[in-house]
Amino acid sequence: MLTSIIYNVANGLMLGAFYVLMALGLSLILNLSNVINFAHGNFLALGAYLALELSKVMGFWGALLIAPLLTALIGVLVELLMRFVYRRDPVYSLLLTFGLAFVMQGAMLWWWGPSPQAMEMPDILNAPISAELFFVNWYRIFTVVVVIATVIGVFAFLRHTRVGLRIRAGTLDLDTVSALGVNVKLLRTFNFTVGCLLAGLSGVLLTGKNGISPNMGDDYLMPSFIAIIVGGAGSLTGTLFGGLLIGITAAVTGAIYAPASEVVIFVMMILVLLTRPRGLMGEEGML
Amino acid sequence: MKKTTFSTVFPRRTLLKAGVAASALQVASPFILTARGETPIKIGMVNPLTGVLSALAKSELDGAQYAEAEINKKGGILGRPVQLLVEDSANDVGTGVQKTRKLIDRDQVDVILGDVNSGIAAAMAQVTAEKKVFHIVPGGHTDTITGVDCKWNVFRVCNDTTMDTSAITPELVKRFGKKWFFITPDYAYGHSLQDGFIKALKKLGGTYDGDYLPINNTDFSATLIKAKGYKPDVLLNNMGGLTQINCMKQIVQFGLQKEMALGGALFEFETVKALQPDAQAGWWVMEWWWDQPKVPEVVKFVADYRATAKKTPSARDWFGYVSMHTVRVAAEKAKSLEGPKLAKIMEDLELPRDVALQAAAVRYRAGDHELMPTIFVGQVHPPKAGPDDVFSIEAEIPGVEAAGPVEDTGCKMVHPA
Amino acid sequence: MSSVIAATASVQRSAQRRWLPVAVIWLALVTVPVWFPLLGGYNALAGSVLVFGLAAMGLNLLLGFTGVLSFGHAAYFGLGAYGAGLMLKYVAASTPLAMLAGTLFGGLAGTLFGLVIVRRRGVYFAMCTIAFGQIFYYIAYKWNDFTGGFDGLRGFHREPIGIGALTLDITDEQPFLFLSEGFRFYYFTLAMFTIAVVLMGLLVRSPFGRTLRAIRENERRARFLGIPVERHIWLSFSVSCFFTALAGTLYALLNNFADPLALHYTQSGYFVIMAVLGGMRSFWGPLLGAAVFWVLKDFLSSALPEEWMAFLGVIFVLAVLFFPRGMLGMLKRRSAE
Repeated sequence: MLTSIIYNVANGLMLGAFYVLMALGLSLILNLSNVINFAHGNFLALGAYLALELSKVMGFWGALLIAPLLTALIGVLVELLMRFVYRRDPVYSLLLTFGLAFVMQGAMLWWWGPSPQAMEMPDILNAPISAELFFVNWYRIFTVVVVIATVIGVFAFLRHTRVGLRIRAGTLDLDTVSALGVNVKLLRTFNFTVGCLLAGLSGVLLTGKNGISPNMGDDYLMPSFIAIIVGGAGSLTGTLFGGLLIGITAAVTGAIYAPASEVVIFVMMILVLLTRPRGLMGEEGML
Repeated sequence: MKKTTFSTVFPRRTLLKAGVAASALQVASPFILTARGETPIKIGMVNPLTGVLSALAKSELDGAQYAEAEINKKGGILGRPVQLLVEDSANDVGTGVQKTRKLIDRDQVDVILGDVNSGIAAAMAQVTAEKKVFHIVPGGHTDTITGVDCKWNVFRVCNDTTMDTSAITPELVKRFGKKWFFITPDYAYGHSLQDGFIKALKKLGGTYDGDYLPINNTDFSATLIKAKGYKPDVLLNNMGGLTQINCMKQIVQFGLQKEMALGGALFEFETVKALQPDAQAGWWVMEWWWDQPKVPEVVKFVADYRATAKKTPSARDWFGYVSMHTVRVAAEKAKSLEGPKLAKIMEDLELPRDVALQAAAVRYRAGDHELMPTIFVGQVHPPKAGPDDVFSIEAEIPGVEAAGPVEDTGCKMVHPA
Repeated sequence: MSSVIAATASVQRSAQRRWLPVAVIWLALVTVPVWFPLLGGYNALAGSVLVFGLAAMGLNLLLGFTGVLSFGHAAYFGLGAYGAGLMLKYVAASTPLAMLAGTLFGGLAGTLFGLVIVRRRGVYFAMCTIAFGQIFYYIAYKWNDFTGGFDGLRGFHREPIGIGALTLDITDEQPFLFLSEGFRFYYFTLAMFTIAVVLMGLLVRSPFGRTLRAIRENERRARFLGIPVERHIWLSFSVSCFFTALAGTLYALLNNFADPLALHYTQSGYFVIMAVLGGMRSFWGPLLGAAVFWVLKDFLSSALPEEWMAFLGVIFVLAVLFFPRGMLGMLKRRSAE
């Protein structure tokens, strides 16, 4: 019984790692630019497809490194369009990313076709670490390690670099930051790009356990939203905890009563909205 | 200085003009066609060409278009050319129903084909029955379409879940054992599939456990942990489409295939090819398979199809192909395109070998309008003789045996006056 | 003296001008079964346009008139549809009762939810509306036995309305003279639409409506004027949900069907784009937007069954970049110049 619980919690943490990576990217973009990136799931899929193509040329490790960067590059192009709508009512930026989601999905469907595809994973990643802990294979450990490294990297970047400081300041008051002479346009572009990089990285990591198709990212968009709402808008640490929390909840529910494993995270969101609407770690006045 | 915005680069007037031109084309098109003086026979296909089932829908479309070309080359149906009109249901029932109405009301089609998604197919059947239009379901599997909800104008090519599960269960039990674990998607089709398996398994004295998972479930670890603990003889992957791929991948990653046999009902050709070699495993049902060297019609068909469509046909291509030719065969026999007449002729109609494309005789059963083909039971494996050689037929079960009697389906066919 | 005459004349002219577009719209709508099929349309499509137009206009009460963005209105649309369908299937074969049930169902859900999030604003508010809407989507497609799950709710259909000799048979699809197939239900939809729109018009012109616009223009100033802003936003949210739910019931009756995707945030996005495309700041804008968007989507998905998504997305993007004020917004500016 105890081992079962430990197994499922461990499982939940590994699941949560994915949610964290996706939610973090979404949160970064939301906090600074006040934009809900509906196309975030599509950037995930794009990262996966790019990794697939790159792996044919430079193998898995090369693809892992380059694909997220390429995805971020496409993010730069997308962000250029967004510049037209930052000043306006938020409804326009929502519609823009919403429309972009359609465009990206259609484009990927057209280019790579509807049939799902597979990517070769290096053999060393495929083996479980022991017969006892059969569900912990090196691939999942590798994913968690990458996520931890990325999260540490992002937080360290925000805390210890000038650009990071500006992003954090911009989240609170972008106008003042601009008045202080910072090039806000570049800042937003950079921030958006980092968000897309995280989405692309999620996509590459996902190829290890899921097939590649134009729709593969759709199922990660809602959990990312919920991670942000539960954790608290405006707080990256909150998003981090939100992601882990919903991962564990989903996994444990999957073990107890599987059909509810999807709905339970929505229930959690309602509970948070009712009792502490700003989120577990959100700051009041952050919207 | 004027800022360069989108509007200065692409002035509004230009876009507006382009938009008006595009819509004018749409308005003019029905007039253009009638001016040419042709009266083609129109068949409308509604399928989820976008969305999670798009790969399967595309194959059905390919098969239907191949048949359309073939039929027209041989003079069409009743001397008139055939025209296949295609609409995307986008895996959304509301859209599927709307497009069906559009095809019938506006485009005046004589026959409706669709949908891969059995929920959409059933909803479409409601509309086609109301409007008395002949309807063939190439690939939607839920039992109710030729069961409790059977209608006089609806015929189905693919098997229902009872047929597939009854066909493979004895094989799996014989080879591996009676203790099973199910991984099933939690909706009507999934329930139907698992219920079919359970019924067949219980007849052979088996025991089982399992999990119902959300349709779009991405992570199966919790369920697989449970499965390993249960130590079944056979692990059944009932998930569909992309989720089936994800599940197979994760099963193999956990190394479960070393301790238990893998199996299930459908594991479609398109899906198998999307997996890496180590995940191409298990015992499954193919509703049609291309590699039948003893049947000359099949060998010829596959060769021609490969040359034209540049791909090896799967069961889905075959569904689309059979649907179109069924209309031709029935129309030519009935000498009419009226729904009620076609439906009457279709009952117990045997399909010619070059359409059925298998050794045994194939017909639409009168009682429930279900096609009774051979069900190919066998093993999926990594490619051997070629990239498409991923399945070896181990047994050929006659569909009519696996289906059971008509009374069991719950179908009470009511014919129009 | 002449200035007074001129002023009176201009008031009379502007009164005429106000009624003229409405009259034109009504004339066009009433004669749809005659001219629409000639352009390649069909009555079910026109009915869909009215249904989605009504839903978008309902949303616009909140979005355009109060300045609050909800990206989850499909939830109430879908609840209206399911409410009507479930009533017809399990309780009573009565169309008016079904419409009442659906409208109440969706409207009350919106009212309750509005209470929870009324203090949030902006993008975060929108996020919450999306997530909340998805809950109903999940319930609809998980509860297989009750709602038909993923496959949608089937097995019900619209019933003729009325008693005895005064029955209106809206189930009859047969054409009559120059009125094409399905015209009876189209007129029923038009009638319901008219009633709803008249109510909405009265609301918008009332002091309540004016207060909403004040909130839209400058929330802080409205608050300083002593207006209970949160209460007004909540009421606006609630009323908009009722109208959208009514549209949902008509949707279920039109298709004899209710499906979970009617609740999905993609559908919400469609409502928003309809409102924006037509013109958020005008009353009739969303109807025009619904007409253009829906017909365009229908056309694109038939012409390019596999690639239409990308093109539709491009239209979204172009509309946002190019026509932020929407079609009616552009016309208004032209006439003002």
